[in-house]
Amino acid sequence: MSARRSFEFPYVEQFGAVSGGLPGAAQPWLAALRDDAAARLRKHGLPSARVEEWKYTSLASLAEAGFAPVGAPADAGTLPAVDHLGGMPAHRLVFVDGRLDAARSYRGALPEGVTLVSLAGALDAGESWLEDYLGRIAPLNGNALVSVNTAFAGDGCVLRLAPRAHLSDPVHVVSVASGASQASAFHPRLLVVAGAGAAATLVESHVGAAGAGAYWTNPLAEISLGEGARLNHYRIQADGPQGFHLSAIRARLAAQSRYDNVLLSTGAALSRNEIEVDFDGPGGECRIASGALMRGHQHADTTILVDHAHPECTSRQLFKGVLDDSAHGVFQGKIVVRPDAQKTDGHQLSRALLLSDKAEIDTKPELEIFADDVKCSHGATVGELDDEALFYFRSRGIDEERARHMLIEAFFDEVVALVEIGPLRDAMTRAVADWLGTGEQV
Amino acid sequence: MLSIENLHVAVDGKEILKGIDLEVKAGEVHAIMGPNGSGKSTLSYILSGRGGYEVTEGRVTFMGKDLLDMEPEVRAREGIFLAFQYPVEIPGVGTQTFLKESLNSVRRHRGEPELDAMQFLKLMREKRAELGIGEEMLRRPFNVGASGGEKKRNEVLQMALLEPKLAVLDETDSGLDIDALKVAAEGVNRLRSPERSTIIITHYQRLLNYIVPDHVHVLAHGKIARSGGKELAHELEEKGYAEFGEADAA
Repeated sequence: MSARRSFEFPYVEQFGAVSGGLPGAAQPWLAALRDDAAARLRKHGLPSARVEEWKYTSLASLAEAGFAPVGAPADAGTLPAVDHLGGMPAHRLVFVDGRLDAARSYRGALPEGVTLVSLAGALDAGESWLEDYLGRIAPLNGNALVSVNTAFAGDGCVLRLAPRAHLSDPVHVVSVASGASQASAFHPRLLVVAGAGAAATLVESHVGAAGAGAYWTNPLAEISLGEGARLNHYRIQADGPQGFHLSAIRARLAAQSRYDNVLLSTGAALSRNEIEVDFDGPGGECRIASGALMRGHQHADTTILVDHAHPECTSRQLFKGVLDDSAHGVFQGKIVVRPDAQKTDGHQLSRALLLSDKAEIDTKPELEIFADDVKCSHGATVGELDDEALFYFRSRGIDEERARHMLIEAFFDEVVALVEIGPLRDAMTRAVADWLGTGEQV
Repeated sequence: MLSIENLHVAVDGKEILKGIDLEVKAGEVHAIMGPNGSGKSTLSYILSGRGGYEVTEGRVTFMGKDLLDMEPEVRAREGIFLAFQYPVEIPGVGTQTFLKESLNSVRRHRGEPELDAMQFLKLMREKRAELGIGEEMLRRPFNVGASGGEKKRNEVLQMALLEPKLAVLDETDSGLDIDALKVAAEGVNRLRSPERSTIIITHYQRLLNYIVPDHVHVLAHGKIARSGGKELAHELEEKGYAEFGEADAA
């Protein structure tokens, strides 16, 4: 293993060629932000395993894969149907290889005070308010995923809610990798700015077309919730088997606001699901739940940081992983409670089921507590399916395979149950069943 | 129906059952009583096929077939039902989902059509009414948060649904108050018929006041030490198991 803290990332050398063509390139503030991000990447490269946050997930294969930013949109051809909302009314933005596909998108009538546009559209329209948020909620602070996205992002989704605006139908952002060009990379950016008392639901579906081959998606979401605002943020990550899915979410929660984040991930050869939540005022709440299913040589990393800087905030982290074959899972969960954050209520639970002797999970719970009047806890279990329960199923005539499947579906129930949209819960349950190869029976 | 011949069973190399012979005919109720550690529960697990038990000698035949050769799920489908002493809790699996899966697995094996959701609900309503079980239990995850009595009642409900040929009740009376005991016993009695048999495994005689056995056997030190009619149970109630060596129970 290299003793260096970083290694070079040749991908960044393509920045010069593409930056001039990115939407908003003419706006000095954005060009400067992108240049800064690219300069940091050139200087710092990608983190090696010597960097604590990347101890268990190696990006060496990413550096070696020879990815190239997606050029002009190729003919995507037939794309997989994404039916995660079961046909319920939704504002649907479909991105193919990172670019908005207007023909496949549908935006219903929006209530007063709600803006829902593509990032490229907003930048082309010269929306100046973007400057106050882009790169501010997720500043360039050395995190490679943030730097890469900030340098290369050209499109994505912008959702802005005026104070007290309520968007009742969910926003469904569908990201499809078409596989039309080889080794393509795209960097979707999401921006959600909710004013005081506003509420919305954002659903993300990440999928790869059949035979998409190797590709790399690197979504970054910046989320700012005003006082008492509420965002439900749900994701299904079903990227292609050779895909790289490296996502980062940064959320800033003002007083009394509430952020739920639920992810079910089955896809990608290598995935990282990084979430940082900062409480920016007292009384906020956040629930983060991630379910990950892995097999073959899949590697899935869930890294969560919740920063309690203000009093009386509540946070929950739940990780559930099922690992088969030679899969490698990572859960790093951290709760920081700063000196002023009295009455913090922070809990974290990680549970992994290993279905094979070769599967491996690295779990790193961390609590850093600098206040004295707090309730914080963490728990972690790694185990196999319960023999007692399996025998019970069989003693009732249910065969062993079906019993295993029912127990694994049940294992994820705690994650899925947090989703407040019925059809999406069904889709997640179906995704688990599909993974198990029992899709018909659900 | 069930024939056990010279059955020897070991766990981790230690012999627990040391030569059991038992013949259960259709329609009979047998009680197997005995001090703690005499091997009663081992016998129930051997019949239902739990792993971890090694049959070192002997054979068990059920309806003319070699029982020990069958997987646990096949035994259940062939008509053996074990009512557990400690039923499991299964978070995340709805009671109704579990029961339907179980019933349809058994029906498929018998060559009967599977029940759809409506048919299943109708059947459940009937069985619940017979056993006095509220609907609320069915909506919960399987046994989660249920009391000992509710779990045992769930066992009896499953037995009523699956209509086994041979029911093995393992300490079904433990943890039950007298009312729950009566309900459980009524459930078992309702299933009694010339075609069905029951084996009641119990330490105490009280369940046998409600389910009257045709035969009573005392299991001690891994062997059947005595067999008799229902009066044997009353005798044990008075004298205890002292003559069978309760003291050195393992």
